[in-house]
Amino acid sequence: MDIPKDDLVQMYETMVTIRRFEDGVAKLMRDGKSPGLAHLYAGQEAIAVGVCSLLTKDDYIASSHRGHGHLIAKGGDPKGMYAELLGRSPGYCHGKGGSMHIADLDLGMLGANGIVGAQGPISVGAAFAARYKGTDAVSICFFGDGATNQGAIHEAMNLAAVLKLPVIFVCENNLYGEWTRQDRHQTIRDVSERAKAYNIPGVTVDGMDVLTVREVMSEAVERARRGEGPSLIECKTYRFYDHQGLGAGSTDRPAEEIAEWKTRDPIPRFRSYLIETETLTEAQAAAIEQRVAARIEEAMTFAESAPLPTPDVLLDDVYA
Amino acid sequence: MRQTIYMMAINEALTQEMERDSTVFIAGEDVGQHPAFGITLGLRAKFGPDRVVDTPISETAILGLAVGAAAAGLRPVVEIMFMDFLGVCLDQIINQMAKMRYMFGGKARLPIVVRTACGGGYRLAAQHSQSLEVLLCHIPGLKVVMPATPYDAKGLLISSIRDDNPVIFLEHKKCYTLSGEVPQEPYEVPLGVAEVRRPGSDVTIVATSYMVHEALRAADELAQRGIEAEVIDPRTVSPLDMETILTSVRKTHRAVVVHEAVKFCGIGGEIAAQIAEEAFSSLEAAPVRVGAPFCPVPFSPPLEDAYLPNAQKIVEAVLPMAPAKV
Repeated sequence: MDIPKDDLVQMYETMVTIRRFEDGVAKLMRDGKSPGLAHLYAGQEAIAVGVCSLLTKDDYIASSHRGHGHLIAKGGDPKGMYAELLGRSPGYCHGKGGSMHIADLDLGMLGANGIVGAQGPISVGAAFAARYKGTDAVSICFFGDGATNQGAIHEAMNLAAVLKLPVIFVCENNLYGEWTRQDRHQTIRDVSERAKAYNIPGVTVDGMDVLTVREVMSEAVERARRGEGPSLIECKTYRFYDHQGLGAGSTDRPAEEIAEWKTRDPIPRFRSYLIETETLTEAQAAAIEQRVAARIEEAMTFAESAPLPTPDVLLDDVYA
Repeated sequence: MRQTIYMMAINEALTQEMERDSTVFIAGEDVGQHPAFGITLGLRAKFGPDRVVDTPISETAILGLAVGAAAAGLRPVVEIMFMDFLGVCLDQIINQMAKMRYMFGGKARLPIVVRTACGGGYRLAAQHSQSLEVLLCHIPGLKVVMPATPYDAKGLLISSIRDDNPVIFLEHKKCYTLSGEVPQEPYEVPLGVAEVRRPGSDVTIVATSYMVHEALRAADELAQRGIEAEVIDPRTVSPLDMETILTSVRKTHRAVVVHEAVKFCGIGGEIAAQIAEEAFSSLEAAPVRVGAPFCPVPFSPPLEDAYLPNAQKIVEAVLPMAPAKV
């Protein structure tokens, strides 16, 4: 696989940005500054970045309740995201959406979604529009292992297969649907087996390795752009925070399991690769990390000092 | 003027809008090859299978297809064969298309029409006969349209397709074969504007969808007893044109609200409440509702006939509040 050096460096920076962003959200929650709840993406960065590094602004993505990483990987602005999480006026949705409803249609990001699996059919619709308009854009549906038990995901995969639409279904199997372990919520181990039911390609990959994700994704994207229809890619992964909130989930997830998965952390792993291959020096990697930390710090400061909405906007935008 | 039937008026609106705007497409179960009720007959031959899309029996996917395609710039008109089937796919309506614009801070535009057949009278029993409009009226972000005549079916559908919001377009099965005057050229009937179907001075009868025709029959019968009923058809139940209703009630001092849906928690309750709030001092009698009893739609003909509101039940509701003059 021949990835330009600049792309590799950008991928690393984006992964670090997602991690720092999510650690920042955790801090806001810990400090009691963030209203409501948020589902953190830390641990799964290799997937959002491996996938979105192949896309352009014209390609669509639709995300789940765990959507911060996907938007950042598609080019989202941490300032607007933090502001939204804090319910501020300059937030992505002017404070009307919050963590689970951030969208950026200009970036082809059709929204996080608070309803598990609902993004499946919506991704199919975006793919339909892409083909209808005669473009070669693709549509990515991000969802977790829990969502694979929703009828909406089945209907979406079947319809995409029947209409041969350019959708790539990316299942981020983090082994838990909310708090329930995969072997207690379904009888298969590899979600990719379900591809057989739709007669589409289905692959399981190591979701902690950004280059593997990107390589497999690349085939699926090319196939979709050629008009050969959808694929299902299952990425085995793990979330470093709880389903929602902060804890490390020790009552629901064994401590040894968490520790074991943390040894596979996609960020140090990719960092080592970049240094071993002399794509980056230690100093360059450290400079990236510092730059990201400063950007996140600045975004958080911006959000915390941003104005809250006033009640006069309550009824705005119910209708077009 | 040319006479045509309600279902052909809908077919004509779809045809003319698809000719006018290449972003309009149709999707649904059997809409291309073997249309239910024949509404979309001939459209696949005219516009091809890419614009008249037969789908699997997957209502959630059909509606999600509409949401995604609309968010990406198209203008979908999708069909849910029977309104009752909303039971399997309501999420895409109430949590997705209705809310995306607001949740995203006004950045999305969801120009979607969901066409679906409502109402009883065809012995189709509990899962193919319901009038569930009030489930949808309760959701901010949706518009809910209930045409009663062929003229309105065409004009309201054209307006619905051109509207930038999700619109649920409820076609009553008993209206499909009704005939009426329909101009050949495209025209809009605005959403949110009621129509006075019959002027009168003694009582206001507000009726929706097929019940408009039963109300007009009731008004004829009441006229023979010297009671002049004003019949108002809201045409869209969300947005609801209360001004026209209130103006009428202030003139007649009496109101009866009629719908085919179950009376309990029906749109009649909302209309009666607003009449009481806004025109209480004009009333000479308490507003009265006529709706279906609190049970599922039964199958057997004598039971379904007993279930459905009709002209006779409307007359019986009016007489105690507006005594016969002759």
